[in-house]
Amino acid sequence: MPRIRFDRVFIYGSLIFIAAIYLMPLWVMIATSIKDLDEIYAGSFVALPKSITFEPWAKAWATACVGTECAGLRGYFLNSILMCLPAVAISTLIGSINGYALTKWRFRGSKLLFGLMMFGCFLPLQSVLLPIAFTVGRLGLAGTIWSLILVHSVYGIAFTTLFFRNYFITIPDELVRAAIIDGAGFFRIYWSVILPTSTPIIVVSCIWQFTSIWNDFLFGVSLTSGQNAPMTVALNNIVNVTMGRKQYNVDMAAAMIAGLPTLLVYVVAGRYFVRGLTAGAVKG
Amino acid sequence: MEKRLSRHLSKLVLVPSAMLVFIAIYLFIAWTAWISVSSSRVMPVYDFVGLEQFVRLWSTPRWIIAVQNITIFTSLFLILTIFLGLLIAILLDQRIRAEGLLRGIYLYPMALSFIVTGTAWKWIMNPGLGIQKVVRDLGWASFTFDWIADPRFAIYTVVIAAVWQSTGFTMAIFLAGLRGIDGSIIKAAQIDGASLPHIYAKVILPMLRPALLSVVVLLSHIAIKSFDLVLALTGGGPGSATELPSTFMFSASFRRNQLGVGAASAIMMLMTIAATLVPYLYREFRSERDA
Repeated sequence: MPRIRFDRVFIYGSLIFIAAIYLMPLWVMIATSIKDLDEIYAGSFVALPKSITFEPWAKAWATACVGTECAGLRGYFLNSILMCLPAVAISTLIGSINGYALTKWRFRGSKLLFGLMMFGCFLPLQSVLLPIAFTVGRLGLAGTIWSLILVHSVYGIAFTTLFFRNYFITIPDELVRAAIIDGAGFFRIYWSVILPTSTPIIVVSCIWQFTSIWNDFLFGVSLTSGQNAPMTVALNNIVNVTMGRKQYNVDMAAAMIAGLPTLLVYVVAGRYFVRGLTAGAVKG
Repeated sequence: MEKRLSRHLSKLVLVPSAMLVFIAIYLFIAWTAWISVSSSRVMPVYDFVGLEQFVRLWSTPRWIIAVQNITIFTSLFLILTIFLGLLIAILLDQRIRAEGLLRGIYLYPMALSFIVTGTAWKWIMNPGLGIQKVVRDLGWASFTFDWIADPRFAIYTVVIAAVWQSTGFTMAIFLAGLRGIDGSIIKAAQIDGASLPHIYAKVILPMLRPALLSVVVLLSHIAIKSFDLVLALTGGGPGSATELPSTFMFSASFRRNQLGVGAASAIMMLMTIAATLVPYLYREFRSERDA
């Protein structure tokens, strides 16, 4: 049947063409980051590198100028990690307890409370940004990494609660009822009945929170300055340095360094990432 | 006894979250709203001047540009992302080998920061060294693609980068929708002699309506919040050609000492999102109660 084979060729051809467009920016970033500057200014941006150099990576990591400070991205990378780890852990822990209490101990108004929390997933953060800045200042945290940990933990609760609530609602209530009859209390059931079943959703929640906190720019640029800034803010500052001959290879290496952690998580645990992405959108 | 204690505990553990949500979302919105009707400039002042700041906002040319841009950006972004996402989902739904790999490729931009992808696209669309130069070097000497430096077209470069970043997301939602459709319906239509394009147009696409609604809501939300991509790609320029409400709010509040105007613009953004969201959330909420 020749007609059908033609269909298949067309379908595969389109899919591969689209995939190439999707991979192009990543390829350009990697290729540019390992070329030397003369080759970049002389050659084409999609071409294979003629000779490979890792100097741009070393520069971006240790000596590139962020604003007036020329110590590379190292410190900012560390900032982002120090900001992510506690914020991810705190928001996931709170979200799991909320989800458990909201589904297995339903009470009058628990749905309303959940609805009010869910609005936090869609809230345009600009509409709370000024009060956040004032409050962080009042707490004495202005300009520090602590302010970001606090803010990301709080505004992450809406998402983590949504994840855990939608997951726990599929766990049969009989499990909890049986445990109650056995004399187990609230935390005991959480610890020995609920948590052991929730590994997948814990992974989803951690990945989602890590990705969105690592990638955040708005809070970073509004609440911190100078050496306390997270990775994304530092990257934007490096790229916008306009002195001298523009070092595109260092820019691209810096972009890769900023993108690698989340990209790595995506490659290793993409399935969970997609689940988090579609959690609010597709039900059942 | 134990059970009653647990009942109380279950409410007790929710108290901190409920308070945080109340403060961080609802109280803070009210706070912003108050600033938007005060005379605040450099520092917050808690007086009442009516809608003065809103009048000032709407007579600021930059804000008008931002509103025009967000309209262009959101509509193009929605149309293109939905069309391309649906197309890819349908192509992927034809029993494709290596589907997982392809899906992974279409979705990876969603894992990256807009600052990272914006940096890459800025470089790709750079007239001096990017696409324009490569095509010219290939022999087409008059080829021009300098939108990123042209105030009339710069907003479309933001659209290109945003569509590239988000199409995989729409694809994933549509694909999940397609996979949820009962195969026997399609078989029945085939037995009736309907052609494949006909089946898609008349049977499958109408069944994707719930997925489409989710996509529209989530994408509008992404569009209105877009901030980092613009800053990384064009920095709001050339001039103020790619100013968006989110970048306007930021620079008014944090760079130009116009707290009142910044708060007023934030309230405009909130009202726009609320207008699209509240009906959607209400519908989700109700359908869940029925189920």
